[in-house]
Amino acid sequence: MNTSRSPTAAPADGDAPEDKAMRRRRQSTPASIPAVRRGDALDVANLPSYGFGTRSLMWWGTAGMSAIEGMGFALMIVAYFYLKSRSHLWPNEGGPPDLLWGTVNLGLACLSAIPNVLADKAANDHDLRKVRIWLVVFVIFGLALLGVRWLEFTALNVRWDASAYGSAVWVLLGLHTFNLVTNYADSLVVAAVVFKGPLDGKRFVDVAENAGYWWFIVLTWIPVYAVVYWGPRV
Amino acid sequence: MSADAGSVSAAGVPLERSQRARRKRADAVAGSGEVLRDGAGWGSRAALALDHTWRDESGFIGWLRTNDHKRIGKRFVVTAFLFFCAAGILAAVMRMQLASPDNHVVGPDFYDQLFTMHGTTMMFIFAVPIMQGMGVYLVPLMVGTRNTAFPRMTACAYWLYLLGALSLWFGFAINTGADAGWFAYVPLAGPQYGIGKRADVWNNLINLTEAMGLMVAVDIATVILKMRAPGMSLRRMPLFVWASLVASMMIIFAMPSVMLAANLAQFDRTFSTHFFNPAEGGDVLIWQHLFWFFGHPEVYFIFIPALGFVSTIIPTFARRPMFGHSAVVLSLIATGFLAFGLWVHHMFATNLPELGKSFFTAMSFMIAIPTAAQIFCWIATLWTGRISLRVPLLFVLGFFAILVLGGLTGIMVGAVPFDLQVHDSYFVVAHLHYVLIGGAVFPLFGAFFYWFPKFTGRMLDERLGRWQFWLFFVGFNVAFFPMHMLGLQGMPRRIYTYGAETGWGTLNLIATIGAVVIAASVLLFVVNFVRSLAKGALAGDNPWGAGTLEWATHSPPPAFNFVALPVVASREPLWVREADEPTHVSGLSAQTREGLVTTVLDALPDVRYSYPSPTVWPFIAAVTVVIWLFWSNITPSGMYYGLIPPAIAFVAWYWPSRKETAEELLLQRRP
Amino acid sequence: MIGGLHDVLMPAGAQAQAILALWHWLLPICTLVFVAIMAALWLAVRRAPRVAQDDTPDVSSLFEREPKVTRTVWIAVAVSTVLLLALLAASVFTDRAIARLPLANALHIELTGYQWWWAVRYDDADPSRIFTTANELHVPVGRPVIVSLAGADVIHSFWVPSLHGKKDLIPGRDATVSFRADRPGIYRGQCAEYCGYQHAHMVLYVVADAPDVYERWAAQQRKPAVAPVNDEQARGRDLFVAKSCAMCHAINGTSAQARNAPDLTHVASRMTIGAGTLENSVSARAAWILDPQQFKPGAKMPGENLAPEELAALNAYLGSLS
Repeated sequence: MNTSRSPTAAPADGDAPEDKAMRRRRQSTPASIPAVRRGDALDVANLPSYGFGTRSLMWWGTAGMSAIEGMGFALMIVAYFYLKSRSHLWPNEGGPPDLLWGTVNLGLACLSAIPNVLADKAANDHDLRKVRIWLVVFVIFGLALLGVRWLEFTALNVRWDASAYGSAVWVLLGLHTFNLVTNYADSLVVAAVVFKGPLDGKRFVDVAENAGYWWFIVLTWIPVYAVVYWGPRV
Repeated sequence: MSADAGSVSAAGVPLERSQRARRKRADAVAGSGEVLRDGAGWGSRAALALDHTWRDESGFIGWLRTNDHKRIGKRFVVTAFLFFCAAGILAAVMRMQLASPDNHVVGPDFYDQLFTMHGTTMMFIFAVPIMQGMGVYLVPLMVGTRNTAFPRMTACAYWLYLLGALSLWFGFAINTGADAGWFAYVPLAGPQYGIGKRADVWNNLINLTEAMGLMVAVDIATVILKMRAPGMSLRRMPLFVWASLVASMMIIFAMPSVMLAANLAQFDRTFSTHFFNPAEGGDVLIWQHLFWFFGHPEVYFIFIPALGFVSTIIPTFARRPMFGHSAVVLSLIATGFLAFGLWVHHMFATNLPELGKSFFTAMSFMIAIPTAAQIFCWIATLWTGRISLRVPLLFVLGFFAILVLGGLTGIMVGAVPFDLQVHDSYFVVAHLHYVLIGGAVFPLFGAFFYWFPKFTGRMLDERLGRWQFWLFFVGFNVAFFPMHMLGLQGMPRRIYTYGAETGWGTLNLIATIGAVVIAASVLLFVVNFVRSLAKGALAGDNPWGAGTLEWATHSPPPAFNFVALPVVASREPLWVREADEPTHVSGLSAQTREGLVTTVLDALPDVRYSYPSPTVWPFIAAVTVVIWLFWSNITPSGMYYGLIPPAIAFVAWYWPSRKETAEELLLQRRP
Repeated sequence: MIGGLHDVLMPAGAQAQAILALWHWLLPICTLVFVAIMAALWLAVRRAPRVAQDDTPDVSSLFEREPKVTRTVWIAVAVSTVLLLALLAASVFTDRAIARLPLANALHIELTGYQWWWAVRYDDADPSRIFTTANELHVPVGRPVIVSLAGADVIHSFWVPSLHGKKDLIPGRDATVSFRADRPGIYRGQCAEYCGYQHAHMVLYVVADAPDVYERWAAQQRKPAVAPVNDEQARGRDLFVAKSCAMCHAINGTSAQARNAPDLTHVASRMTIGAGTLENSVSARAAWILDPQQFKPGAKMPGENLAPEELAALNAYLGSLS
């Protein structure tokens, strides 16, 4: 049992790919190492000091935040269609948003899943070098996403104070942008810690959780894109 | 031991001064370089080490930096109770104004601020936070762990809450108090008719208190799901913990609605958006939908923890476990779900389609069924139990009488045709106070008397408690029962005066007298509290002979809660000891703040968790967030620039310290 | 000051009568349930033996079922459910009864809610029969009335308890409410949705008269304002038009045609002024004109600094507008 290995050490040579996958699974399987009965006591000294996936408290915190923000998106989308149902012309002037930048961003967001998944895997493997590489790639991707998001706002063809339609579109896109920006800032901080240290095993969990939260950003982008860009067109 | 060995951690990282001193003490206590682990009993070396590890620094800095859930929970409860008294005083002033027709105690402007402040404070600043605060204190103890899951987040939440509450009252103090009602309907609260900054003050409060509520809800839900004592499967979880879980889940799904609504309203006011402006495609009614989609579940996140109090107090004073424990759990969960399907019953007088409204009548009736099931289970527990009629149970009996009456008038107003008569009249004022005071405040006082010994180590005075109860019970009914009649006689809500020709004077006078009696009862409680804090009888670990885990440790609990985390083998761990089962956990570090993460369903030990250390950054982060909020009210560019200080604060909060990393590496085991 | 009838339990119209019928189901059943639960609770507490706090708890229920108690609880839940269903049925039936008010030969009224008064417009297919008044509705007994509701500024609510339940006046959303007065009388209503400072002083009277009395009233309301019969009244009319009164108030037959405040063409025929703030007497009118803020602080009407004989002339003119 590798009880005293430092988190920065490279994986042992004998790790075949099947072992890696098995180890990843075991790392997120709850209670994979049981407590030891010692008389009246249940001894937990040899339990791991962190775990991945649902074994990590941060997973649950992130899930809670995702539920909260997901609810916010759901309500905003409902509000969008509610206001649409009460209007005769939607949008009432100016036409729907241009499709170009929104669709580009949709593509970029889906592509960003790649460095995201790879960073997650590297974190599960405790592979510091790979984590650093994929986080840097991810940060660059994120910059592109933010830049294109800025262009999207310029191509909406409506001001937020022109009508209820304009207000709804700006706020829906704005909500997602707020989440995008805060998650990106999160990722920058995690990347910085992974480079600068101090490091222990829990930082790998932080990388994995940050990757998980990024999924939320991408998955909410799909319905928001559909509503903002195709809502007025159907 | 040489001084050198104590100045450098095992990972070679230099230690800070205070940590060095602590390490030296702990090492001296441990007697060797190996990490001391818990599992031994009171008075052991491990217990002493735990105390050194978990005790906060003394003085103001320690108080500011704490993330001890007990201190934070007490902060929530005390702050919320003080605001309860303040909002109660506002109500007393309103009652003085309404005691006779054409009165001139206050004018319409001030009166509008009074009822808005009363409602807003009671609902957002008192009721939900105090229930959450009791949860923050009690849940980790009841599930047998050392702290909540995200103690720094809950610490930050408290400061956001306090600053929000103070900002609302500051606005009131400078005659910019919110004045559009606690529900701030547009267009009255909108940019055209809500003049000045009053509605902005309200919108800010919502952002801050609801952010607090959400943060605490995520924390409590995580503790309950992932940090229960080994053996405390979901089936063995206490009913108050179930209630806290259901309430926390409801908060997570309901609070975003009011935050969204308040922010949309704020955008209408600050950025000229048109969400609520019919002239530009907006809709006035969507405010009500968004508000009440939150607002109805909200009364349940006040009510459900109170049901948890009742379900804890009754078994203790009937000397038997709850009858129908599983039924009560299912009822709590059903109530939590159903509560999301009722919101339109606050909008029956609008022009929504009639068939839709009838659906909400049906749903409103349906939610009475799980509540009725709980009531029958409680009565069955009392019927088959052996009773010790102490003050907590007395308040629970009062709860029955008042809540059931309020619930039945709730059925009445749930019926659309009848509601069309009494909606927005004093009948509803009576109903809401019967369910909120009966359903939440009576159990809350019962909970205070029940858990004061655990919080402070002393008992509240029984005789004063009985006097308080009877004054409160009688005063409450004298104040609020006549309001049913006033509503039926056509008296609308939120009017600052009325003419003598309406004939409403007599009943209003009676109501005012009742209000004075209520005030006297609350004063009696404050006197009882202060006296008992100083001179109350010493309580001991378990003065009530109760069965839940918080009574398995000292009163008040030490900073580390339990000298060894309990292992649970039944639903009532202190009443039933299984012979061959383990009784406690050993092996957690006594020299660092360590706790145990367990699995969700069966609470098998899973992972050792090292708690974050106390720090001042949650406080600083809260202050910077509040500054950002107010800055963006003053100028739109504040929305961007104001984000920089919070960003810095949150990064500093998260950034791992060398000391903690070193400790972590010492104890690290990979999964 | 006129009281008027304003009691949910004393209906004077078909709709309020239907709602009272529902009350006659709700009250007894809910009272019965309350008494039953309180009795069960009282009995439970009374018959259970009293013990000390440290008495050993009885944990047998953790290991054994309690069939008798379980059955009783199930029965109680079942009975509660049945009662709830009965009340649901009663509620739905009442809803339908209200929706089925016969509307043949209905009177059409357009009610617009302003901060803090009611604009009342009697509609008619024949435009010459349309007239406008404020704060007071007259309706013929036995004839249905359809009221269209519009909110001009913020949300208000139309509620006359002895005639019907309430309906909100929401800006941007038009609504309709129908009622029928079945007995002659004066029925008091009051705005029932918080609408700002003077929400408390936004009263609406509904006067139900025999059909011929109503027709006489309506015919009078259709006529333009009564012409002044003496110099003082003529002076009053001139003052009305010259001062700021005409900027907000209309009097048909003069050049004052603004619609920002109650129509005063037949103001002397109304029971109150200021939407129920004061009775409509000479002294009250005088005090009101001089300083409305004294009685209705925050109302949108400014005071008018008139010399005593100007005030008397204006008051005499307004008092003649029956």
